[in-house]
Amino acid sequence: MKEELFVSGRNIPNIDPYLHIWHWQIPIYLFLGGLAAGILFLAAVYTILGKEKEMQATVKWAPFIVPFALIIGLGMLFLDLKHKLYFWQLYTTIRLQSPMGWGAWVLMVMTPISIIWSASYIREVFPNWDWKFRFLYTFEAWVIKNRRFIAWPMAIYAVILGIYTGILLSAFNARPLWNTTILGPLFLVSGMSTGAACIILMSKNHEERRLIGRLDLLFIAVELFFIVHMIMGFLAGSQVQIDAANLFLGGQFTVPFFVFVILLGLLLPAVLEVLELIGYKMPIVIPAILVLLGGLIFRFIMVEAGQITRYLY
Amino acid sequence: MRYAMAIDTKKCVGCSDCVVACQTENNVPIGFCRDWVTETVDGTYPNVSIELRSERCNHCDNSPCVRCCPTGASHFEDGGIVLVTHNKCIGCGACIESCPYEARYSHPDGYVDKCTFCIHRVRKGENPACVSVCPTSCMYFGDLDDPNSEIVNVLKNRKFKALAPEAGTKPNIFYLT
Repeated sequence: MKEELFVSGRNIPNIDPYLHIWHWQIPIYLFLGGLAAGILFLAAVYTILGKEKEMQATVKWAPFIVPFALIIGLGMLFLDLKHKLYFWQLYTTIRLQSPMGWGAWVLMVMTPISIIWSASYIREVFPNWDWKFRFLYTFEAWVIKNRRFIAWPMAIYAVILGIYTGILLSAFNARPLWNTTILGPLFLVSGMSTGAACIILMSKNHEERRLIGRLDLLFIAVELFFIVHMIMGFLAGSQVQIDAANLFLGGQFTVPFFVFVILLGLLLPAVLEVLELIGYKMPIVIPAILVLLGGLIFRFIMVEAGQITRYLY
Repeated sequence: MRYAMAIDTKKCVGCSDCVVACQTENNVPIGFCRDWVTETVDGTYPNVSIELRSERCNHCDNSPCVRCCPTGASHFEDGGIVLVTHNKCIGCGACIESCPYEARYSHPDGYVDKCTFCIHRVRKGENPACVSVCPTSCMYFGDLDDPNSEIVNVLKNRKFKALAPEAGTKPNIFYLT
């Protein structure tokens, strides 16, 4: 009989507790990135479909959040850096193999697009807004005329941004919980869902809320499907991946994951949205806020739990 | 040229001289280290066996840390040695997350630091500090492409293993068992 008595690993007081190198900044960065991707994608799609009139909050008001979300997100990424004064080197190198690298570039493209998009609507919010310079008026007129053409790259970039928030984690082979290709689509759908929730919160039009609520329901269903898929994939995988799945199936993250993410973040809002659809009067704010909180907690859990998983040797 | 290290787990006594030598040679700040010794005990009494391993960066051929570095600070030097250029590193932590061997740490000055195979000594034809001080001479350093080197000889004649080969990193530290 072979039984392991004990394993004493290493214990280096200044390194081992800090190998857990990513803290609260990264989940917030991923959450804001996903939220921005969701809002911009829906805004772009409804612009392409020519529904600016019916979907005011989706196309006009919600995108105002995006530049702030992206800038705060980049700020979080900056806070995460340990060698801060050298951060500019992110933008003097192009390394396609590094998700951190191309993600920073995607954000660099996305942030100006979102600012331009919102700026072109700013005079609808503040009719007395003065652009001060002649060329800014010309530029605004050009943007307004070509919104539908801008919407195409915006939709594509939004999808890339949403997937990137997952790939940033899934590219790490050393952390078995992250190392699954489904994490990209999963974070994208979760981002779409939080984006839709944000639009619901900002919309005053009943029809629009109903439509986006239905879309949100679809996103939640796909997200649940992906989560089940992810865990199935882990359980069918190697020992390190089985251990990773067990963090959620009886391990230390079981309660936060099932209570806050699955139950309060996905199932309860889905039930409330279904009730709303069949005709019960529901304060739509509740499922929207639950979805937003669920998305945030999901990212916290994934980032925290992933850093515990490791190779065994 | 492909530098590699072979460490004899049958000869290692776990004295941690390699750790101290590295800290001294490379001015590693107090409380940190670039190499360390692990002890694994297997079995039930009276059939127990112990394995001591001096671990460090594996200078992998397929290095996830080099791949994920957004600025190119982590790179390959001649002989496949993986190095970090300190003033290119932004301290994002991606390489620390990507390493299955947990060989990297965040230096108090901000950049990421790790074993360099003592490249400054190797370029002068000397052995890395850890190898040169080992009191039981259980460590072998050399070039895998040189058929006459001691390391190739010892790997030919002994059974060996690498750590977590399933991670696909193609590590270059071998443990003689």
